[in-house]
Amino acid sequence: MSYTKRIDGRKFNETRPISAKTGVIKNADGSASFTIGNTTAYAAVYGPRNLYPKFLQNPSTGILRCNYNMMPFSGMGDRVRPGPSRRSKEISMVTQKALLPVLDLKDFPNAVVDVFIELVETDAGSRCAGICAASMALADAGVKMRDLVVAVSVGKVDDKVVVDLDYNEEAYKDGPVADIPLAIIPSTGEISLLQMDGEVTKEELIEALSEGQKIVAELYEVQKNALKERYSSKTVQE
Amino acid sequence: MGKLMTQDKTIVVPGETLAEGMDYLPGNGTYRLGDKILAGKVGLICVEGRALKLIPLSGAYAPKRNDVIIAKVIDVAISGWRFDTNSAYSAMLSVKDATSEYIARGSNLTQYFDLGDYVTTKITNVTSQKLVDLTTKGPGLNKLRGGRVIKVNAYKVPRIIGKQGSMVSLIKNATGCKIIVGQNGLIWINGEPESEIIVVEAIKMIQGNSHIRGLTDMVKEFLEKKGCKTDAPAEAGATEKPSEKKFVKGESQ
Repeated sequence: MSYTKRIDGRKFNETRPISAKTGVIKNADGSASFTIGNTTAYAAVYGPRNLYPKFLQNPSTGILRCNYNMMPFSGMGDRVRPGPSRRSKEISMVTQKALLPVLDLKDFPNAVVDVFIELVETDAGSRCAGICAASMALADAGVKMRDLVVAVSVGKVDDKVVVDLDYNEEAYKDGPVADIPLAIIPSTGEISLLQMDGEVTKEELIEALSEGQKIVAELYEVQKNALKERYSSKTVQE
Repeated sequence: MGKLMTQDKTIVVPGETLAEGMDYLPGNGTYRLGDKILAGKVGLICVEGRALKLIPLSGAYAPKRNDVIIAKVIDVAISGWRFDTNSAYSAMLSVKDATSEYIARGSNLTQYFDLGDYVTTKITNVTSQKLVDLTTKGPGLNKLRGGRVIKVNAYKVPRIIGKQGSMVSLIKNATGCKIIVGQNGLIWINGEPESEIIVVEAIKMIQGNSHIRGLTDMVKEFLEKKGCKTDAPAEAGATEKPSEKKFVKGESQ
């Protein structure tokens, strides 16, 4: 049996509908929301600000601290237990490592930039949505960065390489599934996050990665427009 | 031949290609990657001949030498005060930079500046590790009494002040409030409570629309709608220059 048509009718190299907005949290120094299909992430950035406890301070550069959290009601009907879990700690860590290569915090020794990512609604691809939202929020906060970070999941369902898996595809029963979250720095094509759940052949992985690279421009455009929109509107009510 | 990929006075985001070829030079907030010039921040692009400069639209305040800022006392040490500068770094004011008056060793420093006081100060030095030194010796540098302090984005301060202080004196004259704008985004307003509220609203408006041309007219219109006379002669005290600094002891004495 083969996977000839995607469950929600998309093309194999098509993402779910994307929308993004910046400046959604007024009290934060920078903020953004990113929606892909039924997955919505909010990110708020505070800082650079002073960092305590003191042993975390780094005298040569500022540090980045990320916190990923799924809201209790965000899952598919089951309540997500609040507080840090093994999973959310891991995602916080990989998010930080995905964002760090574009940031330049050399001008802020001993300081910290805090990024809080909250998932309001999840339908697979939440760490990717979180990274997209966080990179926009960092740019909105005026942090020096050489590029935005674009994240999307690619993978394999049965015998087909697909882009941006949703939950139904991740849970596909009639064949092997691989889910590969990917974060890319658009200007250079460098990959700053690469994880995998499932199994793929070498050829399929190469194909999946090149599909991911192709979709990056589209996502970067959405992020770029969301950032520009904030400052180009005629009169802003604060 | 180099090619410009953007226009003067457009908003750019990090990673956006601004120019190709070696004919253009990367200025503040931009960087070179291969033979391209890319933006390194969200901001407004300025094409100055061959140089591309980026004016940031947001960001935290970074302490700079000779900036006059409004700071808040957060700690009183053995021979000075520690101030919150509305940035990632606190600043130190030592007794010898606070006043030319004689202060005996071991005297109670809170009678000069107490915890929670707001003070107009000038940054004398910033080290590579962002240790900040302050002084309150100089005209207009002293403790702020009464009024209220509001916070704005530090990158909006030039718009709030305006060309040669045009914007801030417009608001001062219209409302009769005393206003001091710190480079760190803290603004002190003192006047009639109703006028203070108008000033706060006007500043919020400037902050929200700082990238728009004709902002002065917009603010003028707003102030007139609120019942202020924008072309009236300056009211007493409103445009008064900060008087020569006098060290005043705290009320506790």
